[in-house]
Amino acid sequence: MKPQDLTDLALRNLREAILRNALTTLGVAVGVASLVAMLSLGVGLQELASKRLSQSGLFDTILVTPKNNFRMGRPQREVVSDTPARALDENARHELEKLPNVLEVYPQVRFYTEVRFSNKPYSTVVAGMPESSQNSGAFDGMQGHFFTSPNADEAILQIEFAKDLSTNPASLIGQDLILRYAERQALPTAASDGSSDGGDNSGGFSVVPKELHLKIIGIVETEPAAGYGGVGNARLLIPLATASTLRAAQVNDLRDIVRGSNANKAVYGSLSVRAKKPSQVESLEAAIKNLGFNAFSLLDASKSLRTFFSVFDLLLGIFGSLALAVATLGIVNTLVMAILERRREIGVLKALGAAESDVQQLFFVEAGVMGILGGIFGVGFGWMLGRAISFGTNVYLKRQNLNPIELSSVPWWLVILALVFAVVVSLLAGLYPASRAAKLNPVDALRYE
Amino acid sequence: MPQTQPAVQLEHISRHYQMGETRVRAVDDVSLSIASGEYLALLGSSGSGKSTLLNLMAGLDRPTSGAILANGRSLAELSPLELARYRRDTIGMIFQSFNLLPRMTLEENIELPLRLAEVDRSERPGRVREALERVRLTHRVGHRPAELSGGEQQRVAIARALVNRPKILLADEPTGNLDSATGETILALLRELQAHLGMTIVMVTHERPLAERYADRLATMGDGKLLSLSTSTQGAVQ
Repeated sequence: MKPQDLTDLALRNLREAILRNALTTLGVAVGVASLVAMLSLGVGLQELASKRLSQSGLFDTILVTPKNNFRMGRPQREVVSDTPARALDENARHELEKLPNVLEVYPQVRFYTEVRFSNKPYSTVVAGMPESSQNSGAFDGMQGHFFTSPNADEAILQIEFAKDLSTNPASLIGQDLILRYAERQALPTAASDGSSDGGDNSGGFSVVPKELHLKIIGIVETEPAAGYGGVGNARLLIPLATASTLRAAQVNDLRDIVRGSNANKAVYGSLSVRAKKPSQVESLEAAIKNLGFNAFSLLDASKSLRTFFSVFDLLLGIFGSLALAVATLGIVNTLVMAILERRREIGVLKALGAAESDVQQLFFVEAGVMGILGGIFGVGFGWMLGRAISFGTNVYLKRQNLNPIELSSVPWWLVILALVFAVVVSLLAGLYPASRAAKLNPVDALRYE
Repeated sequence: MPQTQPAVQLEHISRHYQMGETRVRAVDDVSLSIASGEYLALLGSSGSGKSTLLNLMAGLDRPTSGAILANGRSLAELSPLELARYRRDTIGMIFQSFNLLPRMTLEENIELPLRLAEVDRSERPGRVREALERVRLTHRVGHRPAELSGGEQQRVAIARALVNRPKILLADEPTGNLDSATGETILALLRELQAHLGMTIVMVTHERPLAERYADRLATMGDGKLLSLSTSTQGAVQ
């Protein structure tokens, strides 16, 4: 039979038992919907996590330290060579900036100090925040606002620290606090440049207590890139440029004195290098190591995360497919019923000259039509289900005073995948009934009342 | 009776079934030659094997032994697909219970063999009309079978059997569900078609008087065997 006649006959047959076939199609639609909803949640969560993580800078940032650095209080296990390690100075910073795929290079300014508020002292870690950190998810939904300028005398408090300062953290915004810190001042007798050759040990400095008045302009949930690359979580955030001009004494300063660095020359304890894309981190990390520095990134963590989401999607897909598997049994059942009902008709068709393949194709097309229709409706239902779950979640998040998120996502490939899957599964379900119908003995079928 | 190659040649045909322990000999060693353009009536009581023999000629069933030659071709040599093509192109069948598809209109029922034969869509309405004219039923074509009388339904079934212009028409008790007057008009119609189109007709019936009046030859079966073969004088005259 020609495809048009085949489809025409199949549609006519489907219309004939409209209720039963509609219910079967609905079953397929529910199966596809559950698959689409599950996968859309998986994809949505993955996109959400990837977006948040790339915003946070965790996966596109490389922490660069000199090879002789102390990190987290532990000396690094490496052979101490005679030649001193390369200093992380301004030259090194420029060199890093020139590497391919580098978005920005900024120093880690982070120091432990004292803050006075309402004449009471509080100890905390202060961190300098680059302008780019404004785009990180951590500042979304903060109370107050981000720094008005890159070198403003302003502070953003981490919520726990704000709670220490006041029982009503929100009231802190607009008030002043005093940052007390130790400023490095070069000794007037300090020798000139050329300290890194190891021959001159005169690069000492004096430490002078200083104070800076800061205006509290915001309160944030967590520090961006918390616990990464520094000495504990910073609870007081100030603009990076402001932090740099303080010349506050840092953990590595004393060691640098011992090793003969010049205090007047800007030497960084560590630098953060941001790649343009997380995928470029690996090659960039290697390039930085070639320059003679230590480089550290969370690349492996990012890889594990991707593996996790692949497995997560797979599991969601399997659970989503269960409903579709049940729906295929519905198709088999419907078509087997149709064979029983249309037994005589199949006999007539064969007597009129229908080949086995004609009968087989007829049942296949019927299964396929139920699959296509079920797939189309299912994608629609699944999309709506995903939106509904997203909506419900956001209502809940709003009640908890949290920011709304885009929980479900139905990309075009998921739509096509769901439709193809629905049709393939339906055709597979039609395989048995179609072959059973095709093999019906016409003499028996014609005799059937 | 034309003296050309036989339309259907049955050579020692047997069709046996296994029913539990017993072996049923539905058709038992029947040899019969049906000439092209002949109108043959297969007579016999219920269970005599006449319908089984008709199904074998239609290629709906295969014999246990023996050979069936249709227009010189042995049906045993045909693949299932070729056998389907044979039914579609060479054979037209009508049944006691008409076997029209109830949810299709008359026109759609008659068009069905044309769909199977993949006849061009533009050609179909003409062919359907032609078949309907032959059975003198050009009105009510948009109706469904249930809205027609038995005689009209059988006419539609004949039109459906004719639409692919078959060489052989096999009729299984075509008057069985009709009153005698209507039955007679149907047989007259078959006779007329045979005369006009030169078709070979094999008709299964148990109504001997009617068969004698319209058929060229009468073959009587009993217990699966061909009991007698006689020429109908009346049929030949008409």
